[in-house]
Amino acid sequence: MSEPLLSVEGLEKHFPVTKGLLQRQVAAVKAVDGISFDVVKGETLGLVGESGCGKTTTGRLITRLIEPTGGKIRFEGNDITHMSQGRMRPLRRDVQMIFQDPYSSLNPRHTVGAIVGAPFRIQGIKTEHGTKKAVQDILELVGLNPEHYNRYPHEFSGGQRQRIGIARTLALKPKLIIADEPVSALDVSIQAQVVNLLEDLQSELDLTYLVIAHDLSVVRHISDRVAVMYLGKIVELADRKSLYESPMHPYTNALLSAVPIPDPKGRAQRERIRLQGDVPSPLNPPPACRFHTRCWKAQEICKTIEPPLETLATGHQVACHFPENAPATPEPAATTA
Amino acid sequence: MVTYIIRRLIWSVVMLSIVSIITFAIFFLVPRLAGATSEDMAARYVGRTASAEQVKVAAEKLGFNDPLIVQYGRFAKGIVAGADYDYGPGVERCPAPCFGYSFLTRLPVWPDLLDRLPVTISLALGAAVIWVIAGVATGVLSALKRGSFFDRAAMSIALAGVSMPIFFTGMVSLVLFSYGLKITVAGGTYTPFLTNPATWAYDLLLPWITLAFLYAAGYARLTRAGMLETMNEDYIRTARAKGLRERTVVVKHGLRGALTPILTIFGLDLGLLLGGAVLTESTYSLPGIGKYAIDAIGRQDLPQVMGVTLVAAFFVVVANLVVDLLYAVVDPRVRLV
Amino acid sequence: MSFLELKDLQVHFPTDDGLVKSVDGLSFALERGKTLGIVGESGSGKSVTSLGILGLHKGGRAKLGGEIWLDGEELVGASAEHVRTLRGKKMAMIFQDPLSAMHPFYTVGSQIIEAYRIHNDVSKKVARKHAIDMLGRVGIPQPDRRVDSYPHEFSGGMRQRAMIAMALSCDPELLIADEPTTALDVTVQAQILDLMRDLQRDFNAALIIITHDLGVVAELADDILVMYGGKCIEYGTAEDIFERPEHPYTWGLLGSMPRLDRDRTERLLPIKGSPPSLINVPAGCAFHPRCTFEDRTGGKASTEVPQLVETEGGHLVRCHLPRDTRRSIWETEIKPSLEAS
Ligand SMILES: Nc1ncnc2c1ncn2[C@@H]1O[C@H](COP(=O)(O)OP(=O)(O)OP(=O)(O)O)[C@@H](O)[C@H]1O
Ligand SMILES: Nc1ncnc2c1ncn2[C@@H]1O[C@H](COP(=O)(O)OP(=O)(O)O)[C@@H](O)[C@H]1O
Ligand code: SF4
Ligand code: SF4
Ligand SMILES: [Mg+2]
Ligand SMILES: [Mg+2]
Repeated sequence: MSEPLLSVEGLEKHFPVTKGLLQRQVAAVKAVDGISFDVVKGETLGLVGESGCGKTTTGRLITRLIEPTGGKIRFEGNDITHMSQGRMRPLRRDVQMIFQDPYSSLNPRHTVGAIVGAPFRIQGIKTEHGTKKAVQDILELVGLNPEHYNRYPHEFSGGQRQRIGIARTLALKPKLIIADEPVSALDVSIQAQVVNLLEDLQSELDLTYLVIAHDLSVVRHISDRVAVMYLGKIVELADRKSLYESPMHPYTNALLSAVPIPDPKGRAQRERIRLQGDVPSPLNPPPACRFHTRCWKAQEICKTIEPPLETLATGHQVACHFPENAPATPEPAATTA
Repeated sequence: MVTYIIRRLIWSVVMLSIVSIITFAIFFLVPRLAGATSEDMAARYVGRTASAEQVKVAAEKLGFNDPLIVQYGRFAKGIVAGADYDYGPGVERCPAPCFGYSFLTRLPVWPDLLDRLPVTISLALGAAVIWVIAGVATGVLSALKRGSFFDRAAMSIALAGVSMPIFFTGMVSLVLFSYGLKITVAGGTYTPFLTNPATWAYDLLLPWITLAFLYAAGYARLTRAGMLETMNEDYIRTARAKGLRERTVVVKHGLRGALTPILTIFGLDLGLLLGGAVLTESTYSLPGIGKYAIDAIGRQDLPQVMGVTLVAAFFVVVANLVVDLLYAVVDPRVRLV
Repeated sequence: MSFLELKDLQVHFPTDDGLVKSVDGLSFALERGKTLGIVGESGSGKSVTSLGILGLHKGGRAKLGGEIWLDGEELVGASAEHVRTLRGKKMAMIFQDPLSAMHPFYTVGSQIIEAYRIHNDVSKKVARKHAIDMLGRVGIPQPDRRVDSYPHEFSGGMRQRAMIAMALSCDPELLIADEPTTALDVTVQAQILDLMRDLQRDFNAALIIITHDLGVVAELADDILVMYGGKCIEYGTAEDIFERPEHPYTWGLLGSMPRLDRDRTERLLPIKGSPPSLINVPAGCAFHPRCTFEDRTGGKASTEVPQLVETEGGHLVRCHLPRDTRRSIWETEIKPSLEAS
């Protein structure tokens, strides 16, 4: 594997919960609790998980919109975990974020030209033929009419607004784009347009993506590798094919089997795993394996010893004492350190 | 919850102390800064006829020569434990809570205020009942019949009501109800509730109407805005989908949802009014706290003005506390921490 | 006559910008114990249809036309008061966002009790017991305690369960679920879909499930109605729609959808453009500005509104393309591209 573009090690974010007269900290929401992964140049890493498992927080940590409480973030080999805002500035060009909601993430009082051109101004960049030309080129690139330079966001449909959002992130030729639920607010037919656009841009501009989504089908379509999160931890990380075809973590199995399949013939025979209840609160996550309260394979050891994220097959990491589909290993429990 | 109340109570005491410091500063520090000597201050207490020598003695005995902080300490102690005013020729006792002692009337302020409190409370509460009922009902009807003749008429009157000064509405209602229709007295008389409830209400009717009109206008506008918003909420659709009668939908679901801001404003309005409905009381010469304040200012009776200020501040602070507690009762989502 | 029958239903809203034809001539029939799935993109008129059946447009600005027959009774012409007495009892509804659909200031229990007591003359105590039973039945743990919780104290999945308990409290014969799982996580969605399937079997109600997710209808529906621009453009059994779809829009929906059950590295096949505004629905076939096969209808597509016609055994399609052309396009062009992997 080549040198990773982004490398995250033991990343943590604990939001303090305060109480009482003196606002003492009484607890912490462990939104992200020690996750590690690499993103290689040119690939797309998908990050999936249920609501509240820490996906957005991870994205915001990497773009340094919030301060991590622990761990390391490296971008192109440089440690940027605690880099000052001033020194981050050139880096801000390289790492950009696309947001979920195309309605609220664009300032309604600015024209498309101003929105897409803002990064140039903020970063003080001079372009060859002026900012306007540069912006119009980008608009064309994302499939918008360059003539719409002077229109306002409300004059566009949801899909077009998402294109504006994408255009804005592309302005400074970033190396890494973090897309937080880029299509989940869009209609199916529009969703497909935006997914295709993201793919085209990737090959044209040599982009690297970290795509955060809860829709497992979208993630399967768009990602090269996929990380599954549960309550602030990565429980499984593998390339797309092995994750979807031979998922090892029980949670991944449950997630996949919960997705409704548009195939009415198969619905009777399909084997289903149904999880009971909801995700526990990240305020008070279950000890050891966090999934043990809902896992049908849980044993005593799952409640006492936390399973580490281990490589069980080439490029396939799992954090579970009793993985499914595992290549024959003698004693899974014995591998815990 | 309990810690919250304790915290708020402590906070209220702090607020009141701050108010007392500010009041004290206004009445004792500001004249000093403006160049008044301790003799000038004492002269007000012993009267114009006293000799320069007497004034000097009084200034010493009343403590005007002490450092300000000591003077404030004495003032604060008076509120809690009562005070003796030794001004030379004699000693005047001002029992706790001593909000000041008027050397013009030779009376402590607090019993005076106690005498006048029932008038102000009667005025404020009676008017409050009228304005809440009238204002909220008008607001609800306006919202339901949005754009109708009723709505436009009611909102025009409300706009007028909010913007007209009270002595003007006072004069108009005086002419209308008292001289014209002869259904109320012209004001100036007050019969205690316990003496004769009917006369009590009859005497207060006109001030009530005047005062209520002013407030009802604001409440009608507030309620209308709130109802327009809540009647569009999803839960209203749910209530209708259950098969509830429209009246129940409006009152139990719609109005209940719009109640919170109304309640907040109501608490604050009532708190302010209990500290003296200055304009209404003077328009109708009702012997309440507001009238007392006006008279005291007219006579430049500083201890009286100070006493009224403190009592009014007390009501506002208490009203704030009550509103915040009620807030949690009305909206279960509000957590008191 | 079927248990529920819509005949040429129209719901139009006069607005400042013009007449919004949210539902424009919708007809379908549904029997007890059967499930109809209505799919379509946002703004296609799905919610307006369901609110129309429940009579919730009455007294508003909407102009209604056509007929709605429920168990032999016509509802469009019926008095608002009469339809109100049917709501909650004979027909009930589950909404998309269970947090905003429940009153934040009343406990979950009291909201169910209220629903039950509108149509059943019982004491509060009896109704409370019923509410606890219903909460237990939809799978809320410790229902006797949770009955006194407020909606914000429930998780999203529990709230939707509570909504279902409320809708089912009076044993309705028609249940309409408008995007019941859109706001939920997949694992919770699966639980709720299972629950709805089980409850429908127990209650033998007619169920209409409205969604934009083809996967969800494929899981639950017997029949599927595809809506576009306020009209039905294709109707058939679930097999018809997924195995032999004949309308270009349905093909577009299928092509737009990334599939979990297939490892596909090829591109998605989106529909170009975006859904029409219902004020200015394109003339002729409403889909024609986005349709890839528009040129194969000889100019009719932009001038003449195609009729909804039966192609085979209850499978209805609204398209000018001749049946055989449609079938061969599906077999030779669309189906292979969907299955390429
Ligand atoms: N500023 C904050 N203060 C306290 N807790 C927070 C804060 N931001 C996020 N959290 C908590 O951290 C956890 C993870 O949140 P995050 O937004 O990362 O979830 P997510 O995986 O993106 O979920 P979704 O799919 O709903 O977007 C949640 O429990 C959330 O409530
Ligand atoms: N009260 C209303 N007034 C005007 N237009 C409305 C009203 N309610 C819905 N519409 C319009 O009707 C169309 C269909 O809406 P809806 O049924 O909610 O769509 P969906 O299929 O997403 O549920 C939309 O264009 C919407 O803007
Ligand atoms: S470690 Fe145990 S509880 Fe956790 S997922 Fe594996 S089997 Fe289940
Ligand atoms: S009628 Fe023409 S435009 Fe409409 S769907 Fe059929 S082929 Fe396409
Ligand atoms: Mg998120
Ligand atoms: Mg809808």
